[in-house]
Amino acid sequence: MNRKSTLWTLIAVLVILSFVMTGCKKAGADQVEVFSWWTGGGEAAGLNEMIKIFQAKYPDIEFINAAVAGGAGTNARAVLATRLQAGDPPDSWQGHAGQELIGTYVAGGQLEPLNFLYDEEGWLDVMPATLIPLISADGNIYSVPVNIHRANVLWYNPGILAANDIAVPTSLAEWFTAMDTLQAAGVTPLALGEQWTVMHLMETVLLSSLGANAYNGLWDGSTDWGSAAVTQALNDFVKVLSYTNSDSASLSWQDAAQLVVNGDAAFNVMGDWAEGYFRELGKTPETDYGWAPVPGTAGNFQFLSDSFVLPVGAPHRDAAIDWLKICGSKEGQDAFNPVKGSIPARSDGDRSLYGVYLQSAMDDWASDTVVGSLTHGVVANDSWKTEIDTALGIFLTNMDVAAFQSALVTACASSGPCQ
Amino acid sequence: MVRKWFRNKDSVLSVALVTPSILAVAIFIYGFIAWSVRVSLSEWKGLLPNYNWAGFKNYIELFRDPRFQIDIRNTLIFTIIFVAGSLILGLALAILLDQNLPGEALFRGLFLFPMAISFIVTGVVWRWLMNPAMGDRMSGFNLLFTKLGLDFLVNAWHTTPKWGIAAIALAAIWQMSGYTMALYLGGLRAVPDEIREAARVDGASELRIYTNIILPLLRPITLSAMIILGHISLKVFDLIMAVAGKQLPLDVPAIYMYQTTFDGYFYWRGAAISIILLVSVATLIIPYLWFTLRSEAEI
Repeated sequence: MNRKSTLWTLIAVLVILSFVMTGCKKAGADQVEVFSWWTGGGEAAGLNEMIKIFQAKYPDIEFINAAVAGGAGTNARAVLATRLQAGDPPDSWQGHAGQELIGTYVAGGQLEPLNFLYDEEGWLDVMPATLIPLISADGNIYSVPVNIHRANVLWYNPGILAANDIAVPTSLAEWFTAMDTLQAAGVTPLALGEQWTVMHLMETVLLSSLGANAYNGLWDGSTDWGSAAVTQALNDFVKVLSYTNSDSASLSWQDAAQLVVNGDAAFNVMGDWAEGYFRELGKTPETDYGWAPVPGTAGNFQFLSDSFVLPVGAPHRDAAIDWLKICGSKEGQDAFNPVKGSIPARSDGDRSLYGVYLQSAMDDWASDTVVGSLTHGVVANDSWKTEIDTALGIFLTNMDVAAFQSALVTACASSGPCQ
Repeated sequence: MVRKWFRNKDSVLSVALVTPSILAVAIFIYGFIAWSVRVSLSEWKGLLPNYNWAGFKNYIELFRDPRFQIDIRNTLIFTIIFVAGSLILGLALAILLDQNLPGEALFRGLFLFPMAISFIVTGVVWRWLMNPAMGDRMSGFNLLFTKLGLDFLVNAWHTTPKWGIAAIALAAIWQMSGYTMALYLGGLRAVPDEIREAARVDGASELRIYTNIILPLLRPITLSAMIILGHISLKVFDLIMAVAGKQLPLDVPAIYMYQTTFDGYFYWRGAAISIILLVSVATLIIPYLWFTLRSEAEI
């Protein structure tokens, strides 16, 4: 062989070797690989704050941030499913606390119960008692909630309400009266966005109309989806929808929320991540926007939570448990939540770090009955939620309450606990 | 000659070079298609694979599913409007460009540019243009029509109940009519001048020259453009996602498949929809390929 072809052969061998080497993992060094879809905005910033605390406390453990972007979690969950089916779990991953995790991963035998950790760290003393059953199955707690968002928040424009002499409504009847007045005055009463925000609105109206006990019963099989109470709730929902803007299908949640602070609509029902958005827009709390529980749901905190889990067969189990300790600690949660715009799951957060709205949310979290959100994965597993979403989509095309209710009964029987 | 390929050193080498590709296609395409068919006949729902036999009732249930019926309806409307619109607009543009007017190269480029954009970008831009807000918040086309005094054209675009998908087909026509224009332009240029001259000498008007002579000659191009556009429209996913997200009135099979598999973990249903999509696209492509290859072989 002449020198030139020797050189090319050598280069080819090196290139092939480099492909092989990328498959190798660093052996030996202790590390924790944490998987999430927090790749931007307040979430990524909050995660970085928690990572700093983790690295300060556990300097010998290397933190690998395996976040996957896109699809608001759809892509990340698909990647995670592939890894779990291949038997290659990360050391921990982020998911919505509740049935989104339990219905998928516990049902697949992929998660370890964390009761031992809750006992060790004393978390049961600092988290609301009504929260724990919602993140457990058969008495086993399966995740560590880091942040808490509230779903049943009514955002309103104080200026519009004052101009039309309307007090903030506290019941569905008062709300309907207020929205009638607004409609007569030519103001869009309720801003609404695309289909998932309609599901979000629906769950708050269900809670308001049914009350906390019957609402919880929908998800554990004790409330019959075909009952008259649910029919009444769905009729209330139809009435609420009649006050919304006609172009809702083309609006994202941000567009819909912005209608309120811009003075184009009076009310908007959205989770309290809207508050972070309002502050980004430069709006002032209580002047440009106000908040109240969705009429009829005062005393109930309809929550959703991002949380971390411990997989069965985690490659670095001890490091993963160390990460979970940070997630559930006061320092970790107080580092993450002010940046993210949510409140800590613990009731002993440092109030001075949080703004006006978040402080009021922390007060409610400590005293209200905690119920779970449907849209954000607490009360229904992913299959059930997708079926409800399909039924809701069809309902929005024909407004047929009877057909919708029967589709909901079928969904509960096929993917939920109903028989 | 075929039987003795291994005797000839050149044939052995060529077969050896092609074998890895053939193996890859066999496993990763046909093998996985077979696996998808198997999953579509199973009861797999949730994270753990479940190959219990469910049989064809999965497909029957799917065709009875109201959401899938909406999907089929949307796909039919989208396909008809998109294909017909692209062909007609493409032909019109090609005939205009064929008139040998100044600036032809510039306009040819302009009409072809949209094809270079991804469907996602088209979707996002057309979503803004087709904004259905009324009153103070009017914007996009509706605002333009109002300012021009064309108020009767103001409508709800893609949020129109039942027919909203037609508006999205407009965006797709805008994107792909440059492609059909390019095809037709090539076909028009290939018509020999002598034929046109002869027709003019015989006293035919320009219109009759087009309808009786040139358009029939363009039939093969029309057929191939229909097939290509048809199979794009059967599989359309990213354009609808960018305009409407996961909303049911504008659902199409590809979006239903994506949502039911990755959001709902209904693997059996996702596989069934994907096999139905495969069969429908194959129904278009395979006869076309067979005709094309057979006629080439004859020559």
